[in-house]
Amino acid sequence: MVLKISDVTKSYTSGATEMPILRGVSLELEAGTSLALTGDSGSGKSTLLHLAAALEDFDSGEISVSGTLLSGLDEAGRAALRRRQVSLVFQQFNLIPSLSVGSNLSLHARLGQCRDRTWEQQLVDRLGLAPLLDRFPEQLSGGQQQRVAIGRAMALRPALLLADEPTGNLDETSSEAVLGLMLDLLRDSRTALFMVTHSRAIADRLDRQMRLSNGLVA
Amino acid sequence: MIWAAFSALLSHWRRHPFQLLAIVAGLALSTGLWSAVQAINAEARASYARAAAQLGQAQADHLVAEDGDIPLQTYVALRRAGWQVAPVVEGRLRLGAQWLDLMGIDLLNPPPLPLFLDDQERPAAEAPGDIAQSLLPPGQIFLHPEMAADIGQPADGPGIIASAAVPRGVAIADIALASRLLQRPDGLSRLILLSPEAQDLPPIDSIAPGLRRIAAREAAGATERLTDSFHLNLTAFGLLSFAVGLFIVQGSVGLALEQRRGLFRTLRSLGVPLSTLVALLAAELVLIALCAALAGLVLGYAVAAALLPDVSATLSGLYGASVEGSLTLRPGWILSGLIMALAGSLVAGARAIHRLWRLPILRAPATGARGQQARRGFHLAALAGLGLLVAAAATLALFEGLLAGFAFLGGLMLGVALLLPMLLSTMLTLGAKTARGAVSEWLWADTRAQLPGLSLALMALLLALAANVGVGTMVSSFRLTFTGWLDQRLAAEIYVTVDSDDTGAAFSRWIAAQPGARALPIRWHELRHRNAPLRIYGILDDATYRRHWPLLEAMPGVWDRVADGSGVLINEQLARRHGYEPGDILILSPAWQMTVAGIYSDYGNPNGQAIVAMPMLLAQVPPPPNRQFGIRTPADETETLMLRMRDEFGLPRDSIADQASIKARSLAVFERTFVVTEALNVLTLGVAGFAMLTSLLTLWGQRLPHLAPIWAMGVTRARLARLDILRSLLLAGLTACLALPLGLALAWTLLAVINVEAFGWKLPMFLFPLDWLRLFLLALLAAALAALIPARRLARLSPSDLLKVFANEK
Repeated sequence: MVLKISDVTKSYTSGATEMPILRGVSLELEAGTSLALTGDSGSGKSTLLHLAAALEDFDSGEISVSGTLLSGLDEAGRAALRRRQVSLVFQQFNLIPSLSVGSNLSLHARLGQCRDRTWEQQLVDRLGLAPLLDRFPEQLSGGQQQRVAIGRAMALRPALLLADEPTGNLDETSSEAVLGLMLDLLRDSRTALFMVTHSRAIADRLDRQMRLSNGLVA
Repeated sequence: MIWAAFSALLSHWRRHPFQLLAIVAGLALSTGLWSAVQAINAEARASYARAAAQLGQAQADHLVAEDGDIPLQTYVALRRAGWQVAPVVEGRLRLGAQWLDLMGIDLLNPPPLPLFLDDQERPAAEAPGDIAQSLLPPGQIFLHPEMAADIGQPADGPGIIASAAVPRGVAIADIALASRLLQRPDGLSRLILLSPEAQDLPPIDSIAPGLRRIAAREAAGATERLTDSFHLNLTAFGLLSFAVGLFIVQGSVGLALEQRRGLFRTLRSLGVPLSTLVALLAAELVLIALCAALAGLVLGYAVAAALLPDVSATLSGLYGASVEGSLTLRPGWILSGLIMALAGSLVAGARAIHRLWRLPILRAPATGARGQQARRGFHLAALAGLGLLVAAAATLALFEGLLAGFAFLGGLMLGVALLLPMLLSTMLTLGAKTARGAVSEWLWADTRAQLPGLSLALMALLLALAANVGVGTMVSSFRLTFTGWLDQRLAAEIYVTVDSDDTGAAFSRWIAAQPGARALPIRWHELRHRNAPLRIYGILDDATYRRHWPLLEAMPGVWDRVADGSGVLINEQLARRHGYEPGDILILSPAWQMTVAGIYSDYGNPNGQAIVAMPMLLAQVPPPPNRQFGIRTPADETETLMLRMRDEFGLPRDSIADQASIKARSLAVFERTFVVTEALNVLTLGVAGFAMLTSLLTLWGQRLPHLAPIWAMGVTRARLARLDILRSLLLAGLTACLALPLGLALAWTLLAVINVEAFGWKLPMFLFPLDWLRLFLLALLAAALAALIPARRLARLSPSDLLKVFANEK
């Protein structure tokens, strides 16, 4: 089991008011499988994704990634988990503007000290990034930037890929191309995909779907 | 509409109060230092003008001799021809422990000085007293009340009369008394023309061909001209501080515009014309500038009031110029502070306003290609910097004078500052090639990416560090040279002053009878040479001079030439001022001409000086006072000899001093001279450190999108915070490395160009690597402190704030 979320709750406080976001969510995700998480705005989708990435603490319940219980980790342990097991792809691409495409691509794998140049070259070829390697993010289109972001995430060969609306900023053609590439790469690397999306069409292309409503699995 | 748009613009500052604080503080600091310098200069100049007016220099033209004194017969000839002229004898006089400028005038027929004209309007306490008493033996000397109190009433000799109408540092007496005290029975220093436009009189040239007429304004400005270089130095420092402060303002204003691009776009789409928007932005800037200027003026007043006593001591020590009174609010420097603050903020904001003017209505708040824009900006700045460097070098090569020196310095400093971003970018690119590992590669690249935002603060740091290296090297070189020079110049073991010439003669005889001891009389006569005072010392032919005197250039057999009366030694100031070299003829008076045998260094003295053999001096001038002596004696007998001198001649404690205490006193005066410079140095460095802090804090909001992805990839916030400090250290360290050569160039200019023009002496340049190391560490400390607040904030930042970056909320 790559990701196991058991009865997780999470609330935010605003002044004296406590606002529950997740009210006991559970799910499981096997290696090489994909899950689409859908729901209305404010339903807690992104929060659940952030909790799975060990970016935020949860209030109760448990999350394990590749057998590691997140509740037992301090910040350094969580950072180490993200360096080696988990990759993220965001709607805003979030590339490092000061690094070239080539450096952005290899960055996460080098941080995790598991760089595989052959795999990296395959990613470059399959994502069509070879002519862009010396450019900087600001010189790329949105579709190109998202391909680099996917390449950066996959270069790590993560156990778990977490994607938050990865095609939300792209037009339909680019969106289709990027999603196809991502699913191809996942299939070959046995990486589990947990994706947050609003798009019914995209959700339909993943193995499973789950809908959140008011912090509960609908 | 206008008010609605203006309040929308101002709402930015509610969300970014620190940015507003940075602009106000930057402008207030820079205006404060500038105003402080202007206030000090204004106070000093007002003091000179007051003194000149009190001495009547501003009211009438003067006649002076080109060389030497005006013979009494010339005065008589002018009076007989009908010219209304008032004679004046001037010279230095020691009263008690103080040296004063004694001005002797004819009290029976006094020139129209305020001292004598305003009696009816002046309170009794300030009145100059009974003039008749001044004419009767032993006579009276008029002094400023504070000086009169310091000196006290002597047991014998002329009486001391306190008068607030006399400037500090000046003594006024009847001409007969002054001539006697100054040992100048037949010579006059100058004549005051009481009826300058006499039509029916023979021309002055025909009666007194050797005299030169000096206009009243020129005479009144003599002290001001003498001290101009000092005030120009202060102004240059004030300008540097102002420029450093403006960097803070420009950075903050630019950022405020950047962050409000979305607001501008919205306002324009809601129908606010671009011209109105630009005008509102300018009005906002003026409003902020006015508030900051008022704060700066208060700060400037406080700094000026704190520094004025040291400035006064410096001017007195260097030029003998007296600055009296406390600091007053003068419209001149207040207005100059306001204008500088307004003009400076508009200059600093001009680029931002220009960018707004050219901003397309639908331009997104944060579009791409910012890095390329920055790189283009670096190239343009570097080109402008190179241009300035070439212009600065051309100025130095083509023009002479203090202003050319300062123009060179300005071009050099600003030129290298403009080159800095390009140089740093290149160094960071080279550094990135040495990176091993993802984090270090990211650190180098990210540091380079931060350059556009930090470049202004780094320029400010470069200027402040270079100024510190330059001025520090100048002061330390001067100190080293001065100390060595003192060792040479103060070769005698004991220095003694006795109260009369008779005691002096007895003292000489007594010393000659002491085994192992000999006296070197210090006797001098002051005359005028090329319309400036020239003090001529007479010396005995003694091994002390031959071994120790600090000669810079000399003819072969220089000491033999001086001893046989054929040669004269002159100080460096006199040589540089008139271009004298060894072998040239020096005309001391029409009847006294000598060959310049050598030139010696003479620091801390603005006037010309010469040395001749004692017999030559005694043959050419009336017997000068014989009251000061240097005593050579074996070092281990110094204490005993001093005690015996005191017993034998009843000398008071302050009339006798050993070499060490005189050196200590001289060094104390020297150190005080540079207190103001070093204070301004430290303040400028403080402003630069503040510039770093404000830049880092104002850039804080822009940093998160760069940091959040790295954090998401597994680099902890604590490590990111440490890396942020490291980045600041790296940039400050590289800037400090570049500041060193610039600072040394500044030091060379100060020592070899500015000092020569300002003071008349050239100093050797020494290098002080330990001082550089200290400054380097200080720069790192300033950078670390500046980075500490943002780093601490980063380390404690909640994950939800970082996650907002991914949700596009930042």
